[in-house]
Amino acid sequence: MSAPSFDEIKRPLPKDEALTEANRCLFCYDAPCMRACPTHIDVPGFIKKIATGNLRGSARMILESNILGASCARVCPTEELCEGACVLNDLHHKPIDIGRLQRYATDPFVIDAHTPLFAPGAATGRKVALIGGGPASLACAAELGRRGHTAIVFEAAPLAGGLNSYGVADYKMRHETALREIAWVEQCGVEIRCNTAVGRDVSLDSLLTDYDAVFVGVGLGGVPPLGLPGEELSGVRDVLDFIAELKTRPKADVSLAGKRVAVIGGGNTAIDGVTQAVRLGAAKVHLVYRRGRDEMPAYEHEIELARKDGVDLVLQAQPVAIEGSTHVTGLRCVQTRLGEPGADGRRAFETVPGSEFTLAVDVVLRASGQEKRRGFLSGIPGLALDKGGRVIVDDTGRTGNPKVFAGGDCVSGGKEVVNAVADGKKAALGIDALLKGN
Amino acid sequence: MADLRVNIAGISSPNPFWLASAPPTNTGDQIKRAFDAGWGGAVWKTLGEPIVNTWSRYSAMDLNGQKIAGLNNIELITDRPLSVNLREITEVKKQYPHHAVIVSLMVEAKREAWHTIVKQAEDAGADGLELNFGCPHGMSERGMGAAVGQVPDYTCQITTWVKEVARTPVLVKLTPNITDIRYAARAAFQGGADGVSLINTINSITGVDLDTFTPRPAVAGKSSHGGYCGPAVKPIALNMLAAIAADPATAGKPISGIGGISTWRDAAEFLLLGATTVQVCTAVMHYGFRIVEDMIDGLSNYLDEKGMQTIYDLRGKSVERVRDWKELDLNYVVNASIDQDKCIGCGLCYTACNDGAHQAIGAVRADNGRTKVHVIEDACVGCNLCSLVCPVQGCITMKQIPTDAGHCSWEQHTSGTGKLAPRPQDKHFH
Ligand SMILES: Cc1cc2nc3c(=O)[nH]c(=O)nc-3n(C[C@H](O)[C@H](O)[C@H](O)COP(=O)(O)OP(=O)(O)OC[C@H]3O[C@@H](n4cnc5c(N)ncnc54)[C@H](O)[C@@H]3O)c2cc1C
Ligand SMILES: Cc1cc2nc3c(=O)[nH]c(=O)nc-3n(C[C@H](O)[C@H](O)[C@H](O)COP(=O)(O)O)c2cc1C
Ligand code: SF4
Ligand code: SF4
Ligand code: SF4
Repeated sequence: MSAPSFDEIKRPLPKDEALTEANRCLFCYDAPCMRACPTHIDVPGFIKKIATGNLRGSARMILESNILGASCARVCPTEELCEGACVLNDLHHKPIDIGRLQRYATDPFVIDAHTPLFAPGAATGRKVALIGGGPASLACAAELGRRGHTAIVFEAAPLAGGLNSYGVADYKMRHETALREIAWVEQCGVEIRCNTAVGRDVSLDSLLTDYDAVFVGVGLGGVPPLGLPGEELSGVRDVLDFIAELKTRPKADVSLAGKRVAVIGGGNTAIDGVTQAVRLGAAKVHLVYRRGRDEMPAYEHEIELARKDGVDLVLQAQPVAIEGSTHVTGLRCVQTRLGEPGADGRRAFETVPGSEFTLAVDVVLRASGQEKRRGFLSGIPGLALDKGGRVIVDDTGRTGNPKVFAGGDCVSGGKEVVNAVADGKKAALGIDALLKGN
Repeated sequence: MADLRVNIAGISSPNPFWLASAPPTNTGDQIKRAFDAGWGGAVWKTLGEPIVNTWSRYSAMDLNGQKIAGLNNIELITDRPLSVNLREITEVKKQYPHHAVIVSLMVEAKREAWHTIVKQAEDAGADGLELNFGCPHGMSERGMGAAVGQVPDYTCQITTWVKEVARTPVLVKLTPNITDIRYAARAAFQGGADGVSLINTINSITGVDLDTFTPRPAVAGKSSHGGYCGPAVKPIALNMLAAIAADPATAGKPISGIGGISTWRDAAEFLLLGATTVQVCTAVMHYGFRIVEDMIDGLSNYLDEKGMQTIYDLRGKSVERVRDWKELDLNYVVNASIDQDKCIGCGLCYTACNDGAHQAIGAVRADNGRTKVHVIEDACVGCNLCSLVCPVQGCITMKQIPTDAGHCSWEQHTSGTGKLAPRPQDKHFH
């Protein structure tokens, strides 16, 4: 079997198919698909516009609700969101292909060409600083721009987009596509300053004094070490570094041909690790998870993709050591036994004595959860974190500091791009109200 | 198995399925292939004076991604030499003696011209003739086709001329571009027609190109009104058919039904409203001769299921059920009834009734996030709209509500011989 390729799994819809699909939509009243979308895109509304050939109106309708509608069309777990809520599921029909229709409507304006669809609002003279250039900040900045405020995004990395540019699986959306979308967003009146880490290149204090409000969209950090013996060996990496690299370098340079890979973790990020390792030509790919398949936090459709890719699911296995002298040669694990659900609803587990085994591998990728940016966040006066390290905000996205708002993964603890966009937009409305009130 | 053989006005056919006079019957070769596929008869593409066609000549009405809900054409009668058509008619007839070959005719309104063409068609071997008084474009500008069909006197006159010489049965093909089809049918029979065929195409412009501003079909930046046919016209055809079948002056006369027939179901409806044969054009232009296989199979299974032996057991059964409005029972009370187990919560019925009917459906957001709908019974007027928009088969049914009011038509109501059951608006209007 030849390895699956990095080609997009969700192909764009050709015109004829798009029209047929659009006409299949029932145009529901109080449509559940729309409510299932965190940004509440008017799904039947934009689909009807596709059907009538009003593509510009359709794109506007989508992007007004969700400025990153072109990304979301590709990367949203639609099975769990809009398409999962489509009433046609109840009829035992295929739900409407909402994601691909959304792409059909937005690509011509956002990705293929950079058509200005929204004019910036009349200048208010107010300035907002946004820390981090991921989806949350971009959505917030775009909305602020439309309301006439000057929005300046500070991004530590060389390019903006956060995990939307560097993290999402390459077969869902390419790095370049995310960047094209950002260029379109900039055109809507958003200024992005890359290679500018707040706290390193510009001080937090200066932002708090020079700007009328600050939005914090710093996302999460890397995947921290597990504390296993041998973790310092070469070949052991944070899966996020692995993904960022494969997305930004020629695939030939990062080939895994002939290599055996183990990815530690059971969430969607772990799935992205294994499926992309397979696509880089790895000879054998294991996903190592402590609990059982039913307990995996990854979406069912994602697990299914890994299974189709021929990934070996090593379940109820707890890594205990990484073997090798300079380079990793194996991952030692011990079998686990599952108990009753604990207070957090997840099943407890214990290790089974004498059940140790070793997977012979050349690469070990940690995908066991990103850490919070506690250090940076706790430096913001008035801003409070919950026990899990998540920023506490009110209904308007406002933190304990009255001029600081926050949204995205640093508030949710890690959700989807579309949630970050919804947060960013909500905070923009909060900031707008604050600035108008002053 | 039911016997599908029919005899219409003296023309016998192995089944009631005929090709209408149109592009599928342009040539002998096509008709032979059609007979091989199962068609019982064919009405040859109209013969007449030599004509020249435009190149671009068809356009269509698509509906929500469904291609050709309706077809429009600005094509004229046959553009092949008369002698070639006549030779091929002879050939086909020789090879298919038991199939019905009807020849459609249209010449200028001159007695001699009609006499000549009738003789030529019959000498070639036609089993019957169909007089094309229906073509609504081009030919009508020259005083033929619909120009004849629209004036009962002309229809009667030309039919009379034809009957003076015809040895085979004569069907007159009627145009729907009139106000009351019954006058046209009466005129045809008055002129001696053995039967009528209907409908021909309906005057139409299918649309305008929004970039070039040229209506379709575009002929060098211009267009002309054409003739409309296909699924979209079926309801119009059925109504005209029923009007003739129910008209005391023409009741029981042989009719060949045409207009939007694509399936055996469509055909059965035409038969129920009084047709003996049906003719098909658009469906064949869209899907080819092969569709007749299921038409035959489906109709035959249907007759078997109904315990009917022949087409004649079915023919005309629905005619007596088409009545004047004034005779309908105003006390037949129905209410919408929603099967909650089938409902998928799309809310279409709510929107339709709320905005487009009688505000008789309530909608609430259920715990599972879906819309939950219910009929407000004393507001429902039983109009059927919700059941028409509901996408789920059998989810909304119209349930009869018994009343003790007895039958009351408008006639009875206005003459004081009937009593109306109470109606929703009695409660809701003040
Ligand atoms: C591997 C992986 C795959 C994913 N796949 C999907 C997917 O398919 N679909 C989906 O919807 N979601 C996916 N997600 C989740 C999604 O990417 C995130 O929810 C989303 O990007 C969060 O947006 P954000 O703006 O909050 O944070 P981020 O995208 O993390 O952006 C934060 C940005 O802030 C910058 N930053 C941090 N600190 C500073 C500072 N001090 N100064 C300046 N800049 C700073 C960072 O460099 C980063 O660019 C995935 C996540 C991961 C990890
Ligand atoms: C392209 C085209 C050409 C036609 N030409 C003729 C014709 O020459 N003579 C005629 O009597 N009817 C002609 N008709 C009308 C058809 O015979 C038929 O009456 C009409 O199309 C309705 O049937 P349908 O809905 O099955 O198509 C033509 C129809 C079409 C679409
Ligand atoms: S639920 Fe499905 S059918 Fe209804 S509006 Fe949404 S996409 Fe269309
Ligand atoms: S039958 Fe008519 S009035 Fe009654 S619920 Fe349906 S749409 Fe409303
Ligand atoms: S239209 Fe039918 S399926 Fe949709 S809500 Fe009404 S009853 Fe339910």
